Amino acid sequence: MTHQPQEAVVEPDAVGLGPSGTDPTPPVRVRGRGRLTGYWLMLPGALWLGLFFLVPFYSLIAMSLYDPEGSSLTGYDMTWHVANYVDVIQAYWRPLLRSFWYAALATVACLVLGYVLAYAIVFKAGRWKNLMLILVIAPFFTSFLVRTLSWKLILADDGWIVNSLQFVGILGEEGRLLATPFAVVAGLTYNFLPFMVLPLFASLDKIDYRLIEAAGDLYASPRRAFLRVTLPLSMPGVVAGTLLTFIPAAGDYINSELLGSPNQRMIGNVIQNLFTNQGDYAAAGALSMTLMIVITIGVVLYIRRAGTEDLV
Amino acid sequence: MSLVADDHETAQGRSGSGRDLRLTAVTKSYGTFTAVKSLDLVVPEGSFFALLGPSGCGKTTTLRMVAGLDVPTSGTIALGDREITYDKPYKRPVNTVFQNYALFPHLSIAENVAFGLKRRGVKDTKAKVAEMLELVELGEQGAKKPFQLSGGQQQRVALARALINNPEVLLLDEPLGALDLKLRRGMQIELKRIQTEVGLTFVHVTHDQEEAMTMADTVAVMNAGVIEQMGAPEALYDNPESTFVANFLGQSNLLAGDILGPDGDVVKVSIQGTTVSIPSDRSHADGTRGWVGIRPEKVMIAEVGGEIDAPGNRFEGGVVSDVSFVGVSTQYLVRMPWGQELMVFEQNTGRRPIFAVGTPVDLSWRPEYAFLLDASQDASAGVEDGDD
Repeated sequence: MTHQPQEAVVEPDAVGLGPSGTDPTPPVRVRGRGRLTGYWLMLPGALWLGLFFLVPFYSLIAMSLYDPEGSSLTGYDMTWHVANYVDVIQAYWRPLLRSFWYAALATVACLVLGYVLAYAIVFKAGRWKNLMLILVIAPFFTSFLVRTLSWKLILADDGWIVNSLQFVGILGEEGRLLATPFAVVAGLTYNFLPFMVLPLFASLDKIDYRLIEAAGDLYASPRRAFLRVTLPLSMPGVVAGTLLTFIPAAGDYINSELLGSPNQRMIGNVIQNLFTNQGDYAAAGALSMTLMIVITIGVVLYIRRAGTEDLV
Repeated sequence: MSLVADDHETAQGRSGSGRDLRLTAVTKSYGTFTAVKSLDLVVPEGSFFALLGPSGCGKTTTLRMVAGLDVPTSGTIALGDREITYDKPYKRPVNTVFQNYALFPHLSIAENVAFGLKRRGVKDTKAKVAEMLELVELGEQGAKKPFQLSGGQQQRVALARALINNPEVLLLDEPLGALDLKLRRGMQIELKRIQTEVGLTFVHVTHDQEEAMTMADTVAVMNAGVIEQMGAPEALYDNPESTFVANFLGQSNLLAGDILGPDGDVVKVSIQGTTVSIPSDRSHADGTRGWVGIRPEKVMIAEVGGEIDAPGNRFEGGVVSDVSFVGVSTQYLVRMPWGQELMVFEQNTGRRPIFAVGTPVDLSWRPEYAFLLDASQDASAGVEDGDD
């Protein structure tokens, strides 16, 4: 919902925020043009949101309620067919759960790797700090698709990694990495690592080093100082990083497509297939909405629990 | 000069019980820059000790080495019989009040204060925290977060957070630097009260000479990595041994003179043809030239030929070149026949009217207040450039 200037009554607590808001009088009718300036300034943003978020969102909701009997050739009827949701959840709960599971694994892997990396960049890199940051961002200069494809080569059945693992006996004669959950999670971890590192870097870099010194001065060993001071103060970065990693990872289909097999099918693959191959718009819409709703609820609960507003 | 503060200079007189802080030949270099040069220092247990000096003199580096936040390049630091030179900060019985307070922003005031106790495994901290907050008059503020407190309150939290650990030495790094003047004066008295109450050794780093002199039992004046002079505030002010100390602590008139030699228990010096005597124990120069120093409030002023309550040492031919009336006193600048301007502070006792600019005057001082410094030293060393 956009905030339309529906009612031109200024609430008492909004006085002072308005353009000429030093007026301490109780609710008054808006007078003159000055009061509307704020809304005019909101217009570009509101238009952008309306055009690129609300319209597609509306169309997606509508699509998810279409009559499933239709097809992309014959067209769809709007029948408020809520049963679409029940159908897709019954049919695709496995890839849905798998998506969240893989995304969670990748997020945890990103958090561990990303935290170590961000910590090293902030506290240990010294004059290499900027170079290391650039190296974190550097992969973005190459296409996501190309980078994932090259992982396909790296993990290939006759590649050196698989050969080495077979040689030392970790993988059996017929063992492979491609088309395993490991490959998909590794791909997700690789692709979303920078989204974890950057917010963590920002959070850690903001910490006043004297606080860590103060913790040491107050009898905290380096480990305790990390757990009691550094880690809590970097929580905003952890929360932002895990969200930025988990949300796109849960909806990703490239990694599963290129590095996995149908057994590692994620919800993104299913939706893509329903849309482009089967033309089942109603099911695809309902599944997209389901994914969005579940993630939104999850994020809200997560942020509530993490209590970011409490952290500095 | 003795680097050990005498017993009577420590308010509690607890020195000698073996827990003195002792720095021996401590040097700290960063590349080619030497921040602290072979520093020897003994801080008696229970004393309020001030390290005073301009920024960049090495006082904060010295403090950080005692805290364990920096490691000396050479030399040793010991607390009583225990050497702590290379001990980690969290293993030293030393706590610091940081310049910017460094309060943990994610913890409440009570949790900040309890931090040190908790890390040492003390289970029930509530009573001690309450008692400590009471001591710094913040009893009601325990549940708040640091950002909700004023600068002065944060400062007291930082103090409570360090004091609660009952450290053998409490280090204070310019703790009042961020406070406005009025608050700073109040906190000086407060700090001194608390130190007397808890009886801990305080090492206080500051660039504010008034702060150091009002609070400390012993002041060490640091300049360019070395201690220039150390002693009780009155002793330092009264009998400075270098031009830096003479100028950095208060103000001094320094007059160039030819040293004529010792005569009994005084040293005779000729200044522009007038011979003055300086007690031998106030003479810190050898050679033939020296700076004769005299504090502005010790210089007496009279109309030409007028009576001055001081034997000898009379300088004639001065002309008042500037007068500032400051209420309790009047500050004169008097231009002498050889061109130098001398400062004279006179109490406004009302015995005689204030001199106007251009009045010819005579100056004198009692010989026991003058001091003699080495001519090789810069006469303007330690003059404050007005940045504070």
